[in-house]
Amino acid sequence: MSAPLFQPEAIVHVEKVRKRFGHLEVLKGVDLSVKKSEVVCLIGPSGSGKSTLLRCINNLERPDSGTLMVAGHYVGFERRSGDSLRECSARVAARQRSQIGMVFQRFNLFPHMTAVQNVEVALRHVRRLSKAEALDIAMSQLSRVGLASKASTYPSHLSGGQQQRVAIARALAMDPMVVLFDEPTSALDPELVKEVLDVMRDLALTGMTMIVVTHEMAFARDVGDRVLFMDGGVILEEGTAEEVLDRPRNSRTRAFLAHVQ
Amino acid sequence: MVSLSGSPGPSGETATLRKVPRRPYAQWILASALVAITVQFAATILRNPNIDFSVIGRYLFAPEVIDGLRNTLVLTAAAMLVAMVLGVAIAALRTSHNAVYRSLSRIYVWIFRSVPALLMLVIWFNLALVFENLTLGIPGTSLVIGEWQTNDVLTPFIASLLALGLAESAFYSEIVRGGLLGVDSGQREAAKALGMNPFQTFRLVIFPQALRMIVPPTGNEIIGMLKYTSLASIIGFTDLMGTAQQIYSTNLLTIELLLTVCVWYIVCTSVLGLGQYFVERRYGRGYGSSDPRPYWRVLAPAFRFRSNTR
Repeated sequence: MSAPLFQPEAIVHVEKVRKRFGHLEVLKGVDLSVKKSEVVCLIGPSGSGKSTLLRCINNLERPDSGTLMVAGHYVGFERRSGDSLRECSARVAARQRSQIGMVFQRFNLFPHMTAVQNVEVALRHVRRLSKAEALDIAMSQLSRVGLASKASTYPSHLSGGQQQRVAIARALAMDPMVVLFDEPTSALDPELVKEVLDVMRDLALTGMTMIVVTHEMAFARDVGDRVLFMDGGVILEEGTAEEVLDRPRNSRTRAFLAHVQ
Repeated sequence: MVSLSGSPGPSGETATLRKVPRRPYAQWILASALVAITVQFAATILRNPNIDFSVIGRYLFAPEVIDGLRNTLVLTAAAMLVAMVLGVAIAALRTSHNAVYRSLSRIYVWIFRSVPALLMLVIWFNLALVFENLTLGIPGTSLVIGEWQTNDVLTPFIASLLALGLAESAFYSEIVRGGLLGVDSGQREAAKALGMNPFQTFRLVIFPQALRMIVPPTGNEIIGMLKYTSLASIIGFTDLMGTAQQIYSTNLLTIELLLTVCVWYIVCTSVLGLGQYFVERRYGRGYGSSDPRPYWRVLAPAFRFRSNTR
């Protein structure tokens, strides 16, 4: 099972990526290609490398080997004259990241800023928009996740579900090419999961490219164009939701699904 | 089995029983003793015929004393500014990924935390003994931008500023470092993921949150610095303490003048303490419940006596 080497339409292209933390090899050669508007759900047991893969795509972790491309750029590198890839400066790396949205398991909202300031801050300082423009975009993104009325509320006064929706608005405000979701509902009380999944479902309908690490099998089934099962640092099985969730071929996929469903 | 007939119930006699509050006799006795000792102590000072309290009133607003107060405040502010700027920079280096930055900042903290402030004060003041001139130029060339006599540069004020500022910067950097380490690592990741560069991440996300943990000890450090500036009097700086010494060396009203500047130190630390409260409120935004009546909290203790009598 290997991805084609060159897929021009791919927004995210991952090739033979390996990552080791000390003695533990977390990613053992992962290949993945995600097309525009595709929603890819990554499932698998904890410690299988799902989150690390996401973090590599966003350059929060640097892979030990392999190649990552997002929107035509080598992640963390710059193409120089000739065949060399030079590791890029922190400034260029930051610019690359600004095109990739990320939603974290523990929301990671900035607690010293109100909801709207959380959404605004990168628009102002990374995109360098004027105060009025940034506020405009921030408010429309908050409305989109149904939280315009909470604009001037600090995160500590929001429920977990509301915080995660603000975090999604914050990622979307940057107009990203792709949004990475790292177990976005795992830290939520059960009754708050739905509001976040609903926002994500709406987002998928707008054609946003999404890679979602999740344990919500129903979401993967309904929204995911493709489901990938990861275990032991490799992608063991991939296909449509029906193929992977209903007719898993790999025995480890079957064992995992038997546990969670 | 326990018989139910004897158990107290809401009916009958129990409803009319009077509730008697606890009487902490031991506390009352100890408290009275403490008050007596305090009054006695105050009386021995106030009734001491060797202390002329009218001197305090006479000198409290004397022009020399006010000048000394101004010098104390200026030196405190300037030295704290030096300490805070350097302290933040050192702490940022201390938490960086670069091993050279980390080691150098660690050595800096080690040295400046080890040398007593008083000793450093005297060293800076006597620097002319080893470096007669201070030259600003480009190393390795004969290009000289400026040259000064060390004694002209290191006035008592500048020497005090350097000694107290540098000594404090080492301690302050540790306070800042503690604050930086207290910020959740997810915050840095979220800032990076939004495309902030390292400096923006520090300025917009990490540092403002660290401030919440840095501000309370900063108030203490400023108050400490206010008092440390009195050391500068030994190299001839005319702060409050130096002024008092100058005046009593001629009129011999030693204790009276020391008490006079005591009053000023107490006034200054009280004002700083109040300021600290408001600054802490400012940086506590977004954490816990906000107090709808901030001023009341400050004034409330003054009114506590009345509300307790109710």
